[in-house]
Amino acid sequence: MTRAFKMLTFQASALAAGGIMMPAAADIARAAPTPPAAVAIGNFTFNKPVVTVKPGTMVTWTNADDIPHTVTSKDGVFKSKVLDTGDHFSFTFARAGQFGYFCSLHPHMTGTVIVKA
Amino acid sequence: MFDDLDDDRRGFLKCMAWAGTGALFAFDGGIGSSIGLDAALAAAPKQGAAPFSFVQLSDSHIGFNKPPNADARATFREAIAKVKALPVQPDFVIHTGDVSQLSKDDEFDDAEQMLTELGRQVFFVPGEHDMLDPDGGKAFLNRFGKGSQGAGWYSFDHRGVHFVALVNVADLKPGGMGNLGAKQLAWLAADLAGRSSSTPIVVFAHIPLWTVYADWGWGTDDSAEALKLLGRFGSVTVLNGHIHQITQKIEGRVAFHTARSTAFPQPVAGTAPSPGPLKVPAEQLHSMLGITDAVFVRGHDRIALIDSTLTT
Repeated sequence: MTRAFKMLTFQASALAAGGIMMPAAADIARAAPTPPAAVAIGNFTFNKPVVTVKPGTMVTWTNADDIPHTVTSKDGVFKSKVLDTGDHFSFTFARAGQFGYFCSLHPHMTGTVIVKA
Repeated sequence: MFDDLDDDRRGFLKCMAWAGTGALFAFDGGIGSSIGLDAALAAAPKQGAAPFSFVQLSDSHIGFNKPPNADARATFREAIAKVKALPVQPDFVIHTGDVSQLSKDDEFDDAEQMLTELGRQVFFVPGEHDMLDPDGGKAFLNRFGKGSQGAGWYSFDHRGVHFVALVNVADLKPGGMGNLGAKQLAWLAADLAGRSSSTPIVVFAHIPLWTVYADWGWGTDDSAEALKLLGRFGSVTVLNGHIHQITQKIEGRVAFHTARSTAFPQPVAGTAPSPGPLKVPAEQLHSMLGITDAVFVRGHDRIALIDSTLTT
C-alpha cells in the first residue's frame, strides 16, 4: 500500500516536472488502491476508444503521433494542455460515471472513460 | 504554352487553376503593376482598373522538426524567397493558417519576421495549431488578428474584390469537423448584405469549406450555411489550407481550392492509416511543398490560381 502510494507520487512529480497538468494531491491519494490505466494516441485515434475503470483510477494518455493532440472532456471535467509527441496527461476519476472526451484540435478523435465500482 | 494563354487571356482565366505544374508563369502580358495596399484600399474601385495578384501561403507550421522536414523554418524561408522572385509582385499575401506548430511565441516571432521581408501586407486566419496557447488563440489574435472580430474573422475590399476571412478552428465540437458557428454566420450575412451580386468574392479559411474527407475531419460542419449566403454572387473563390495538398472543385459559380503546405505533405484522403505527415524521402520533399499565386483580371469571371512547388 505504502509502496504503491509512493510510486504514484513519484509518477505525479515526474509529470509535474514535464510541465504536464496533474491531478490534485487528494486525487492521487484516492488513486492509490487501483492500478492505473493507459491510453495511447496514435494515427489520430485513441487506441482504446472505451476504457472501463474503477473509481479512483488514474488514466494516463500518451501521444505517440507526430502531430500534437489534446485530451478534452466533453463536459469540461478535464482538459489537457497540448500534448506534443511523447507528452502525457493523467487524470484520476474519483467518481462513477461516463466521461466522453475528444481532441480539441482534431474533434473527430473521440473516446470514453466509464467509471464504475 | 504561356504565349497561347496570353493571346487568349479569357480562356486562360476560365482554366482557373493548374495544379502542381511547378510553373512560375511570367505575367508580362499586361497583368499589371502592383500598388501599395493602403493606396489601393483608399482608391475607389473603377472599371478597367489594372489587374492584380496576391499570394496564398499556408500551413507553415513554424517549429515542426520531425520527418519528413527537420526544419520548417528553412522551407518557409524558401517559400518567401519564391514569392520575392515572382516576376510580378503580389499586392498582398494571405496566410491560411497553421502559421505555427504549437502557438509558441518564438514560432510566431520567426514567422512574422520572415514575412516582414516580403514588404507586403499579410492577412491571416488561424489554423488549429495557432489556438494552442493557454488562452485558446489570444496569442495569435493579439499579433495577427488586430481589428478582427470574434475568433478572428474580418473582411476587406481590394480593387473591387471583396475578401472574407473566416475562422473554422475555434470551439470545435466533439465528433465534428471544422466549425464556423452561429455568431460568425450572422456576421457573414450582415457583411454580404447590400453588396452587389456582381462583386467578385474571395473567401479564405484554414479548414476546407467543403467536405474533402469526413473520416479525417477534412471539412466544415456548417459550411453549407456560409455557401448559401454566397450563392447569389457571380464569382466566388474559396481558398483553404489544412490538408497540405492541392485539391479543387467547382460547384456552380463557386471554385474551391486548397494549397500546399510549406512544411510537410499529408497523404491523399483515405490512402494512409491517418492524416499524419507523409514521410517522403528528402529529395522529394520540395516537390510537395509550395505556394499559390492568385491573379485577378478585371472583366473576367475567375481568379487564375497558379500553384508552384519549392523545387528549384
